Amino acid sequence: MNPLSPNGDREAVLGRISEALREEAPRHHETPTKPAPSGLTAPFREWLPPVGKTRKEQIALFAKQSEGLKTEFHECASPEAAAKYLADLAKKGHWKTLALHKGALTDAVAGWLPETLTLLRIDDGYQKEVLETCDAGFTECESLVAQTGSVCITGRSSGGRALSVLPPHHVVIAHKTQIVTDLAAAYESLAEKYRDNYPSFISFITGPSRTGDIERILVLGAHGPKKLTVLLVP
Amino acid sequence: MINLQEPQEQFQHDADRTTADEPRRAAVRKALGNYQIARGKTENAFASWQHARDAAATIKYEGVNHLDQYLREFEEKFTARGGKVFWASNSAQAREYILNLARERGVKSIVKSKAMTSEEIHLNDALEKDGYHVIESDLGEFIQQLKHEPPYHFVFPCMHLKRDEISALFERELGSAKTDSPEELTMIARRVLRQHYINADMGISGGNFIVAETGMISITENEGNARLTTALPKIHVALIGIEKIVPRLADLSLFLPMLATAGTGQQLTCYNSMYGGPRLPGEVDGPEEFHVVLLDNHRTRLLADAEQRDALHCIRCGACLNVCPIFKNIGGHAYGTTYQGPIGSVITPHYRGLQDWKHLSGASSLCGACTEACPVKIDIHHHLLQNRRNAVAEKKVWWEKLIWFGFRHLMKRPWAYKLAIRLAPVGQLFHPFVYGTELDPVQSWTKTRDFPEAATQSFHDWWRERKGARK
Repeated sequence: MNPLSPNGDREAVLGRISEALREEAPRHHETPTKPAPSGLTAPFREWLPPVGKTRKEQIALFAKQSEGLKTEFHECASPEAAAKYLADLAKKGHWKTLALHKGALTDAVAGWLPETLTLLRIDDGYQKEVLETCDAGFTECESLVAQTGSVCITGRSSGGRALSVLPPHHVVIAHKTQIVTDLAAAYESLAEKYRDNYPSFISFITGPSRTGDIERILVLGAHGPKKLTVLLVP
Repeated sequence: MINLQEPQEQFQHDADRTTADEPRRAAVRKALGNYQIARGKTENAFASWQHARDAAATIKYEGVNHLDQYLREFEEKFTARGGKVFWASNSAQAREYILNLARERGVKSIVKSKAMTSEEIHLNDALEKDGYHVIESDLGEFIQQLKHEPPYHFVFPCMHLKRDEISALFERELGSAKTDSPEELTMIARRVLRQHYINADMGISGGNFIVAETGMISITENEGNARLTTALPKIHVALIGIEKIVPRLADLSLFLPMLATAGTGQQLTCYNSMYGGPRLPGEVDGPEEFHVVLLDNHRTRLLADAEQRDALHCIRCGACLNVCPIFKNIGGHAYGTTYQGPIGSVITPHYRGLQDWKHLSGASSLCGACTEACPVKIDIHHHLLQNRRNAVAEKKVWWEKLIWFGFRHLMKRPWAYKLAIRLAPVGQLFHPFVYGTELDPVQSWTKTRDFPEAATQSFHDWWRERKGARK
């Protein structure tokens, strides 16, 4: 085999594609009556499961979806109340270390946490082995998606890639204003916030890690967190 | 297991064997029955699933029919953010690139998340032959790797195994204690794999979507193994077929729920992650290098067949397998292909040769359940017919030709036809002597079914008699 250029067989592949596309393909589908999505205002929500218009309805739907997904969802009156809830979780789960990242909400809560709980801050880097032994990861998020009960995180808003997946329990904190209707709305807000400078990692987390690979029986905590807790503050 | 030379003979042999495995078939049927119920519920929650299918097909049509344009856009955006793109014409080039990368960077340990493309190019074999330790991290794939068996189903790799078989496998290979709890089995795999994520210096993944607009790839998974594979090792390689394109990031707001609904009956799969580069300035973690290998491997051959081009719209949800009466009976391994079931039967002849794989087009009842189940409206069962037609047009089969020659002559001569009708009941008297044996001319029917008896009176005679009686 001839040595390939650093980007491989680029010209050959592209050449075959444009050659192949000279003949037009028949359509086996109806073109939807709505115009094709342009830019970011996708009209897909027309066809997707409906979501209520008010924030109250959306929070109620998120709570309902969380229940089905086995996500623990809790509304707290203040960051202090959230800290109390978190401290209770820590006590019940016999946590020793909580890993977290810097953020307005995480910091507000961290200030109220009991001193017996060791905090591991990962903002200036961390050792994988150490993060793995932490009892929980505590992060902020971009948005909460009412339609699917999903938490949208990014590498920049939620302490990187590993904090939310390596420890066995992931705790997310969000403002009520972060609730959005659906995935399309979540993408819209990402586009507004980041424009052409997206983080290298975006993820929609829908419930704790799960698998059905053995006899199609649901088991939680396959490789990612066994538990997911979402705390909502005003 | 017998290894036969010809794919068709192998298929016949394996399909006979797996069809006779009644308990295994019952287990697969049960699993797929549960899928049907879950999927039906999720589908019904859509304001209009049928419109959503049309919208999804429209987007995929747009992407696939401007593939060169969108792949260029992806490449430009992706490389601007520090990613590297490698274009592979065939599996050898893709393997070579990944092997070279591993050699140059002094890689020791590799962790993989599920990638059917890597099955397609036999990547693990090549890496292991070169001395690398490769471990599959998806639970189903991990089990199949321990079993030294290919995936049974491209979404549910070990759906054919029962818990006691998996427990015995773990006992033998991992030295774990016997258990009949799926949860305990999952936790054993979790413990074993955790250390591998941390030690691995290269992570290899597949990809469900290539997003042109923002230069990202999207990976859908339930377990979190792909997230760990792409977060911890210092090199991330994603091996993706060129057809996985979608034009815009927002298109995923339609495709992610549809993939989940059609694939497993979930509203949304647990983790849907978009990767747009290696670790960027100001980010805490992520790989130092991110390589995307764009794999052609005869996809352009299918692209050139305008009639069947929509087969490249496939998002690999596996719905067509789950509803296929043939798949339910013969199972995934009998196909002998990387991609099983109806969609595999459509695309494999394009990827690996029409004459060698045309028999798969016959492994269909043409009921159309696959086409109905497809979220992106691929005309699957008609493509199976087209493959049959193309195979015959390309190379006629002598005995089929002979049969049609005989049939034509018989039908054109009423006296010969009448004679044949009269002789049939007489001929059938001799049938019991060879019934179901090698000498039986209709053995492929009679070995599992009763052959209908020829009527003693022909339709012609009956009609004439009836008319006479009426007068």
